[in-house]
Amino acid sequence: MSPKLYPRRENTRPDSLPHMFCPGCGCGQVLNYFLRACHELDVKPQDMTCIGGVGCAARIPVFLDTDALHGIHGRTLPWATGIKMTRPDMPVVVFAGDGDALSIGGNHFIHAARRNIDVTCIVVNNLNFAMTGGQVAPTTPLAATTMTTPYGSSEPPFDLCKMAETSGATYVSRWTTAHAMQAIRAIKTAMQHTGFSVVEIITGCPTHFGRYALGTGDPTKVVDWIKSAAIPKTRADKMDPEEMSEGLVVGEFVNTQRPVFYGSTIYESGDNDETS
Amino acid sequence: MASDGSNPQSRVLTGVHFMLGNYATSEGALAAGCDFFAGYPITPANEISERMSQRLPEVGGTFIQGEDELFSIYAVTGASIAGAKAMTATASAGYNHFQEGIGYAVAVEAPCVIVDVQRCRGENFATQADVMQMRWGTDGDYEIIVLAPSSIQELFEYTVRAFNLAEEYRTPVIVASETTIALMRERLDIPTAEEIEIVNRKYTDLSPDEYKPFAAPEYGVPDFAPLGEGYGTIYSINPHDEEGSIDWDPDVYERMYDRLTGKIAKNRDVICQPRSFAVDDADIVLIAYGSEVRPALDAVQMARDEGIAAGLLKLDAVWPVPEEQIKKATAKAKEVISVEMNIGKYANEIERVVAGRVPVHRCTKNRGIIHSPEEIYRSIKEVWK
Ligand SMILES: Cc1ncc(C[n+]2csc(CCOP(=O)(O)OP(=O)(O)O)c2C)c(N)n1
Repeated sequence: MSPKLYPRRENTRPDSLPHMFCPGCGCGQVLNYFLRACHELDVKPQDMTCIGGVGCAARIPVFLDTDALHGIHGRTLPWATGIKMTRPDMPVVVFAGDGDALSIGGNHFIHAARRNIDVTCIVVNNLNFAMTGGQVAPTTPLAATTMTTPYGSSEPPFDLCKMAETSGATYVSRWTTAHAMQAIRAIKTAMQHTGFSVVEIITGCPTHFGRYALGTGDPTKVVDWIKSAAIPKTRADKMDPEEMSEGLVVGEFVNTQRPVFYGSTIYESGDNDETS
Repeated sequence: MASDGSNPQSRVLTGVHFMLGNYATSEGALAAGCDFFAGYPITPANEISERMSQRLPEVGGTFIQGEDELFSIYAVTGASIAGAKAMTATASAGYNHFQEGIGYAVAVEAPCVIVDVQRCRGENFATQADVMQMRWGTDGDYEIIVLAPSSIQELFEYTVRAFNLAEEYRTPVIVASETTIALMRERLDIPTAEEIEIVNRKYTDLSPDEYKPFAAPEYGVPDFAPLGEGYGTIYSINPHDEEGSIDWDPDVYERMYDRLTGKIAKNRDVICQPRSFAVDDADIVLIAYGSEVRPALDAVQMARDEGIAAGLLKLDAVWPVPEEQIKKATAKAKEVISVEMNIGKYANEIERVVAGRVPVHRCTKNRGIIHSPEEIYRSIKEVWK
């Protein structure tokens, strides 16, 4: 009998495993979710281009058997736009850290949503800047301790999904690594969606956010914390805002359709010109 | 048909025009096969974007006005990697924002064309002050190709050439335009499409199993593979080996940068095609680039009329430095004058190349105004006496 191989391993980049993520890091889980989503949809990363910026999450495409762009902080969506305009036929998936998507790349994020580029953007939100050693991010909860907020963060965090929604994204959902099946389903929906689809996945970073903000480097305790902080949208809709101000609402927020971006100026080709 | 008889849906507007410099730049891009443009408004480069927004959709390309210059440069590199001939344009302040993306394009060898219509800080006055910024602006080691046109005709021709060099060497190529020529109108002769040489990047014949994305002969250029067809290329700015794998072996790093810089530095004699005017018997050799070539040439004529043996070396590519051609043109000269519209920057390169063999004088003007021929002629006379 031949040894039983992990069935989704075929879509990982040859010789790239084991990955470099810390034990308990959510990036490994998101990589796994994506492989699973591809498997269930019967699509191959080989037929796509996957983009990472800089950071831990940005390394995910490096472990996928795919064409990839990597190594620049915050410019994933401009890249994706240029690629998509040139190859509208090819799926483009972005893996961005929360710092990548919302701090350095925040302006690109709102404009990508406004334009409704036909790209899937998976934001791996570990609530801090992990690759650089656990500094505060625009998503870090108020009062959380990080390497650059030693007395607690004085800045209120962004709600990425609300920002995506008000900026015009046509598919938006948030799940966590404590909601594996829902996250996989959301990635599948996003990949089948035409238009700018955003899946935010709250992930554990035991090494940094866990130790500094939560007082534990234990991956299971970090997942427990995520689970307790998550409020399903159905429940949140019935709660008063005060009560849930600290919580992370999970669920599907937007699923709609409107024309996708093809360039800044309206242009109708003269194909149906009577004289031709 | 447009009023001038040309077909607006055609990429090449063959014929004689009286055209704005910025438009000529756009027409050069279209003639070269540009099919993607992203830009962010800035004077005095706006007419490039405006023309592209009008013309590109007509020929099946994409125009985007981005949210900033960072968008422009990264959308351009993304489009390029996906197979487009892509361009962006700005003026000096916007060029600062391009720097980061130029480093990426260099490292992953993404061909693209970048136009910098140089202006004085915050104001649209004439200058050549970015000549060093274009060479040394981004982080890390690199060589870059910068072409400096001096007329409307050259804005067209050098932009075509910029695309060709970008495709041939898989590198960003900069067109160093200037307020002077960008906002001027003069005669432009656009040849027929057949008369315009077009270079396209090479795509691999190898299968994904055999293909190595960054393997190339010594100082050579790797072949591209299309995206989304199983080649699995990683276009990372991080040090990478021939397979494209991110690799921190010092040997890999050294090898990568030897090739990246060597492919341009070792080909400088082919890339640079400077022109000499009356240098063979010249005692005084002027060296100029961009719009300063115009008054410099007049000044040479004035000197010759007065019996002073002056000549001019007109640079087309300012980077890489045409070292051999500068040495040759100055071999018999008694004096060299570097003519520039800035505080005197490229003069340092000329000094480096002539290495003390002949004195290098500086005829600089940093007042937001181009030199007059008389001013340059005065420099010649001062050096001569
Ligand atoms: C222009 C630039 N600025 C800063 C950095 C340093 N840097 C590397 S990763 C990172 C932040 C990573 O945070 P995030 O995007 O949230 O990803 P994570 O590592 O948490 O997955 C930063 C600031 C960089 N590489 N480039």
